[in-house]
Formats: sequence, structure tokens, C-alpha cells
Amino acid sequence: MTGRLWPRGLRARLLVAVVLVTVLGAAAAAWSSARSARNALVTSTQQRLTAAVAGQIGAITPQLTYPPDQGALDRLRAAVGVHTLVTYRGLRSADGTGVEPVTGALRSAVRARNRLVTQRITAQGRPWLLIGTPIVITAPDGARTPSGIEVYTARDLSGVERQVDGLARSAAGTAALALPLAALLALLAARSVLRPVRELRDTARRLAAGDLGARSPPQGADELAELTVTVNEMADSLQASMAAMRKMQADAKRFAADASHELRTPLSTLAAVVDVLAAAADGMEPDARESSQLAISETHRLVRLVEDLMEVSRFDAGTARLRVDEVDVAGALRDCLRARGWLDRVELEAPDGLLLRLDRRRLDVIVANLVGNALRHGEPPVRVHVSASGDQVRIQVTDGGPGVPEHVLPHVFDRFFKADAARTRTPGSGLGLAIVLENVHLHGGDITAGNADGGGARFTVRLPRDVEDR
Amino acid sequence: MAAILLIEDDPLLRRGLQLALRGHGHDVRTADTGEDGLREMRSSPPDLVVLDLMLPGIDGLEVCRRIRSAGRVPVIILTGRADDFDVVGGLEAGADDYVVKPAQPTVLDARIRAVLRRSVGDPDGVRAHRDLRIDTAALTVSLRGEPVLLTPTELRLLLTLSRAPGRVFSRQRLLEEVWEHDYLGDSRLVDNCVQRLRAKVEADPSSPEYVQTVRGFGYRFGPV
Repeated sequence: MTGRLWPRGLRARLLVAVVLVTVLGAAAAAWSSARSARNALVTSTQQRLTAAVAGQIGAITPQLTYPPDQGALDRLRAAVGVHTLVTYRGLRSADGTGVEPVTGALRSAVRARNRLVTQRITAQGRPWLLIGTPIVITAPDGARTPSGIEVYTARDLSGVERQVDGLARSAAGTAALALPLAALLALLAARSVLRPVRELRDTARRLAAGDLGARSPPQGADELAELTVTVNEMADSLQASMAAMRKMQADAKRFAADASHELRTPLSTLAAVVDVLAAAADGMEPDARESSQLAISETHRLVRLVEDLMEVSRFDAGTARLRVDEVDVAGALRDCLRARGWLDRVELEAPDGLLLRLDRRRLDVIVANLVGNALRHGEPPVRVHVSASGDQVRIQVTDGGPGVPEHVLPHVFDRFFKADAARTRTPGSGLGLAIVLENVHLHGGDITAGNADGGGARFTVRLPRDVEDR
Repeated sequence: MAAILLIEDDPLLRRGLQLALRGHGHDVRTADTGEDGLREMRSSPPDLVVLDLMLPGIDGLEVCRRIRSAGRVPVIILTGRADDFDVVGGLEAGADDYVVKPAQPTVLDARIRAVLRRSVGDPDGVRAHRDLRIDTAALTVSLRGEPVLLTPTELRLLLTLSRAPGRVFSRQRLLEEVWEHDYLGDSRLVDNCVQRLRAKVEADPSSPEYVQTVRGFGYRFGPV
């Protein structure tokens, strides 16, 4: 719950905290100054009222007879004013209208202390100052004896109270005045903190998105500036290592491209001379004939390997291009199988008249590699199944062998990946499936390797019906 | 047996190809630079030139252009890569066909034989279409009475197309019939050859009368 009540943004938090602190501080200051002003005001008013009452009583007491009768009490009451009560033993001044100016506490205090006592009460919804005093007889020798006459009077404090309220209001106003000021300050402070934070965030986002050249300019010399400098250094080192890695990768790829390029001329020579050897092999001694045949088959293998390497290098260099034609898929697949003498070893199931715009040669490479793989590593029956749906065409190549082990599946498209370490020499170059993958991607399609329900390996190629030229 | 001039700078490959092509029944002369090759051509023109594009001195493309401007001797180029501009450049320079290294002698031999084959089917006399006369027996072509000098490939393309005026031939079909390529032939060969043929027989090659494009399908002869 607190998470929801407490604002989440840094700006909002700063704003709330600063405003809260400022307003509380201002309110406390205003309240305390209002309070002391009020105390001073109340005290002085009290003193003034008390002195006035004492003066009035002092003015009339010499004219009093002692012991006083009812009339004397009434006169005394009238002299002090309304809301006054004068008592002498059992006697009370008449006309005790208005506020009852005496409370039990006040009376006992007056009697106990035998001097003027004040008390503040609220009556009829207004604040009052009650003043109670005994009248003391001072003998000519200075001896003071209580006369037994007690004067109680009440004075209205509404005026003072109004003044005090005014003070409180002005204090509250002062505190309120601090509110917008505090908010402004908080916003300014928040901005100075948040701008670098936001810049850092943007920089981090761009870095994450792959823009390794993204940096934030550090401003000032505070902790945020230090953080910015650190982030920039991190980005520098990231950029440097990425560049180094890319260079290494590019170097490795260029090396493969250069190497295969350089191999072409001597391989062409070899291919030419083994062609001569092949023609003459029949008339050779058995050992020489076998050697010639080995040289011939290995040369062909080398030629295939170098051709595959060059093909892969073209993908790596980004120079592989599609040459899109309208192609009858069933016909193209039949041609592909027929050219390699596979027609009677592979079951081809493809709808007639399915025309696609794609690169005929690359389709041939894809299917020839997948079927060749199935024939080499799987067992019959090898099936090629083509189906079209919506804007996609699916070509599935399935064999009847044991399938591809689960731990091998993620690596089947890796270059030179060999599932079985012992079987290092297969007729393939080790690049076939990698080339298939690249060719499928070049068409904007995808390929997955898996196992059929029956257990055989199954490669599924999905190609868009209409490939954009690229 | 054909008289072949092989222009190749690598001595071992030159010798290897010479031996292999000789094994396929050809008479092979060699040259190690473009300049040398052009000299050889002038002294005794061969039936066909096999030309490596990577040569010291004047490069293969330039040699190809000069051979083409000098006459009708067919040229097969040896190129490093099938995809790059070498092939496009070579075809634009007038090459009839290309073989990608590492070159297989059997493939090269098949290309040589296809390029050198001039006739198509049995001669059926003279085909006359407006200003164009195609003599299928003498294998000559004339436009408004003037002889048109076509390379063997251009002639075969024209003979193939004009055999059935108005019929559309796909590029694939033309590659099989004219170049004798398998089902994966490079359709750029057809497009380039069509352009060269048009330049020789059409009054306005940009709006051709005789060799017309059928968009998305291929080419047809006429209808005139």
C-alpha cells in the first residue's frame, strides 16, 4: 500500500518531501511566534484588567462602612461594573446578572491566598477573565486584616481572543506563502538532478539498442557527473571490445574467403589433370589405378569443399544475391532429384502447378543438401513433402532413420559440426546445412530441424510465396 | 576437333587445362597474357577462346571486348565467382558463356561444344521476315540485303526463336536449347545475348520487332 501512496517518480518524491519539510518548518515557526505573541498579549491584557479592577475597588473601599450592609455591597458591585458579585459572609450583592463571576476554585483560592486571584474560563461561548479579590483592611499601623468582603468580577476577553486569532491567521498565511516557493525550489532542484539522470537513461537505452557511440556529456562535478563519466568509460570500453571482436570476426571470415579464393587456381589445375588421369586409369597397373581413383575422388571432394567455402564467404560478406524467377516447385524439385539420380530413392509429394517466385538455383541447393543429408545419414524412406498455405510454402524432408539426437539438434546448422566425433570423414563438406540455412534466410524464410513422430529426422523449410528481389 | 586459344596466366593451370582439353579432343594453343593472346588471335584466329578474367596487363574484360570487336570468335570466360560482377561484366563484354573456377574440364568441354555448335535441327531453307533473311542451310543472316555477322551463339538463338515465330520461349528453355545448360542455367546469358542480337538486327533495339520480350515468360520471334 505504501508503494501506491508514496509517489514513484523521483521528481514527485522530491517535490513532496521539500514541500512537506518547508511547510512544516514555516508552520512551526509561525505557530511558535504566534504563540508567544498571544501569551504576551493575554498577559498584558490580564494585567491591565486586573489593575483597573483593583483601582476601582481601591477607589470605593474608603467610603465603605464596616461591617457592610446590603447597600454597601450593592454600591461596591455597581462601582466595579457588570458581571460582578460582592459577598460578605452570608450577604451577596444583588443584581448578579450576566456571567456568574465566581467558581468554587476561584473562591477557595481567594480565601486561601487572601489576595487577588485570576482565572480564565469560557462561558456563553466567550472567553472570560475572572478576577477575585478579598478586601483587606489596613490599620493605621499598617496591620492588614481581611474584611471578609470578597469581590468577584468577570471581564470579557473576546477582543483579545480576536487579536490572537488574527495572529494565528497571519502565521498560517505566512506558512501558506512558503508553499509555492517551496514547490518552485523543489522543482528546480529536481530538474537539476533529473536532467543528467534522464540523459544517462537515454544514453543507456541507446547503448542497449546497439548504438555504441552514445555518450552523455558530464555537467558539473557532482556525484551525477561522476556517474556520467563512469557510464561513458563503460561505453568506451564496450565499444572498443566490440570493435575488436568485429574486426577479429571479419578477419576470420576474410581469411576463409581469401583462402578459398587462393585455392581455386591450384584446384582447377588438379581438376584438369585428374581428368586426364581418369581417362588413362583403365590402362594402369592396379595400384596406380587405385591411386589415380583416390586422387580423382579426393580432388572432387576438395572442389566441393572449396565451392561450399566460397558460397559461405559470399553470405558472410553480404554479397549473396537472389535471382528471382517464377519457378514451378514440383518441376524444380523433380529436376533436382533427377540430376542427382535420386528420383527412385526419394518419395516426392508436391502439388502440380504450384508457382513461386524464388531463386531456382538456391532452391536446388536447399533441397539437394537436405535430401543428400537424409540419404547419407538417415534411412529410407526419404520423403520430400511440399504444401502451400496462405502466403507460405512448406517443404519437408523426412527420413526413416533413427532421427537426430536431442543434444545435436541445436547444432545441426553450425559450420563443420559433426554429430559423431568418430565419423569425421563423410562425403559432405560440413557446410551443407549452414549453406541451406543461409539460403533459406536469404529468401526471407526459416528452417527448423526436428524429428518426425516415427523417429526419423525432419527438416522443415518455410518460404514466402513471393520473394522480394534483394 | 576445335582450335582453342587458352589465355591463362597461371602456368600450371594453363598446362593442366591444355592437357585436359587435348584429352577431350581439342587442339589447344596457349597465351599467358591478354596482349600475347590478342597477338595469337591476329596471327591465326582460333575457333574459340577460353579466357581467364584475372590477367596481368590488360584485364580479361578488356581482352574480351577487343576479341568481340575484332570478329565473331566465341569466348568462354573463366571466372572466380558466379555471383559477382565478373560474370555480368564478362557477358556485357560479349562473352558467350562462363565457367566458374575450380573449373571441371568436362563442364568446360561441354560448354565449348555447345558454343561451337552452329546449326539448330535440320535446315528448312530461307526464313524471310520483312527485312530479315535467315538462311538455315548456309547459316547466314542478312538485313535489307546486307549480311549480318552473328556469333555462333547469337545465330543459334535467332535460329531457335525464328523456328516458331510467335511462340514464347522461356529463358530456361532457351538455355537448354542454345547453351545446352542443365536445368540450373543462368538466365543472364539469355538476356545478354538477346541484347547483342537486337543491337545487330533491330532498327531500334529499345522497341524490337524481331526479338520481343514477353514479360514474366521469356522471348519470342515477332510476330512481324
